[in-house]
Amino acid sequence: MIELRNVNKVFKTKASEVRALKNVSVKIEEGEIFGVIGLSGAGKSTLIRCINLLERPDSGEVIVDGDDLMKFNPNQIREKRQEIGMIFQLFNLFRSRTIAENIAFPLLNKKHSQKEIDDRVNELLELVGLESKINGYPSQLSGGQKQRVGIARALATHPKILLCDEATSALDPKTTQSILALLKDLNKKLNLTIVIVTHEMGVIKSICNEVAVMEGGEVIESGEVFHIFANPQHKLTKDFITTTSSLKKTYDLLEENSIVMQLKPGEVLAHFEYIGPSSIEALVSTLSIKFNIHLNIIFADLDIILDLPMGGLILIISGPAEAQAAAFEYISKKGVKVEVIKKYGDN
Amino acid sequence: MEIINFLFPNMSGKGSELLLSFLQTIWMMFVSGTIAFLIGITFGVVLIVTAKGGILENIAVWSVVDKTINFFRSIPFIILIVLLIPLTRFVVGTAIGTTGAMLPLVFGTAPFFTRQMQAALSEIDKGMIEAASAMGLRARAIIFRVYLKESISPIIRGATITFINLVGLTAMAGAVGAGGLGDFAIRYGYQRYQTDVTVVTVLILIAMVTIIQTLGDYIIKKTTH
Repeated sequence: MIELRNVNKVFKTKASEVRALKNVSVKIEEGEIFGVIGLSGAGKSTLIRCINLLERPDSGEVIVDGDDLMKFNPNQIREKRQEIGMIFQLFNLFRSRTIAENIAFPLLNKKHSQKEIDDRVNELLELVGLESKINGYPSQLSGGQKQRVGIARALATHPKILLCDEATSALDPKTTQSILALLKDLNKKLNLTIVIVTHEMGVIKSICNEVAVMEGGEVIESGEVFHIFANPQHKLTKDFITTTSSLKKTYDLLEENSIVMQLKPGEVLAHFEYIGPSSIEALVSTLSIKFNIHLNIIFADLDIILDLPMGGLILIISGPAEAQAAAFEYISKKGVKVEVIKKYGDN
Repeated sequence: MEIINFLFPNMSGKGSELLLSFLQTIWMMFVSGTIAFLIGITFGVVLIVTAKGGILENIAVWSVVDKTINFFRSIPFIILIVLLIPLTRFVVGTAIGTTGAMLPLVFGTAPFFTRQMQAALSEIDKGMIEAASAMGLRARAIIFRVYLKESISPIIRGATITFINLVGLTAMAGAVGAGGLGDFAIRYGYQRYQTDVTVVTVLILIAMVTIIQTLGDYIIKKTTH
């Protein structure tokens, strides 16, 4: 559906040169919800703008629906853009137009009768759940409602692709969830391919199938969301994942050297991570009985990512070192990832 | 009536002349203001869209327009009138009277108007332009449906300031034989020491400015959502 091949983009100012995209290649399949995550300045907004050529790459190929947009003339690019909807962090609604006029705006170019436009506007308002606001102005809406109007407007011309540039970053967590639920719903209902740029791993976790992690203008890691969560390779990815987990608290406590985390001789602090069906097994009691060690659970967390459970435990384990080692080996074989965070005597 | 005669003794018998002067001022303002507005909004748009990062970026065009405006804005109006005499004669056939004042008024106002329009249009949220570009709109559609439509309030604000400025310029044009209220005040108030005539003229000018400002504020209020 969308493919970027070896895309490069440099922003030049008098003082400096910023390589916003370095040989970036990304492939997004039809009907997918594809997330791009990175810190500010990582190049993710530039990347999404390359898909509809709001930013023209210096080199590389931008293939949308089989067409290389880099080879298109300005008229063809404009035509193509009508097949690609886009929503924005600050919504970018037209303030002097009513909600209905905002949604009808992309239709003004085409030859539509007033009735066709009205019908389409009503249909879209219903789709995003804002029927009652038709004659209001954007300034009268809350952030979440504004983004719903933004989505309705972006979908007016029946695009197959929706680009979301930090579309939930200006919203509170609850509103974010409702907008994400709407996007997921639209993805299913309309078989809409959605590309989401965000700095929140929670957004990726909630709705994306695939994710690309960006740092310094490069895609450092990409793949199925579950796979990335289960097996992150880069530190940045791990940091992002930690932000979505309540286990983050543990690491905070550890840094503060909290009393909860103080170890006695022979004790170790460990992190177990288990994915999929193995989480159902009563791991802790099995280990305790089988190896005669004590496991004290400090924190536990369970996430559901794309319908698969992913759990994490932080425990203080005490018992003979050999028994601990044997226990770790045993559960490793069961598919649980074991990481010793701290041993007695470490600082 | 008696109070008026007492306060403004020199005004008696000048009623119809005052009315004529007033109408001349209105006429000069209307014609030159309208032309200057059209020029101002056109070049205001040109400056915005051809600027660096604009939707029709063209640094050469931008520089020429920018420098031309600075050139005209640096000439004091009274000197501009004199400087333009040959051109005025060529274009409208005379350099004096209401007609002769039109061209200098346009030249004196249009550059200021352009800057006002440029400022008004630059207030627009760039996100709206980006959204319209992402929808695949042509540059012309973006100019009319986004830039101008979304900037109505600041455009009216700029126009109000410029028209009030124009009241002053038409009065100044009176000094070189353009007629109008400025001419009226100078002939009687200044040259014949009839200060009360000057006061009456000033009161009328204050009323005009007040009306323009009130009207401008009203339209801004109506068009802001």
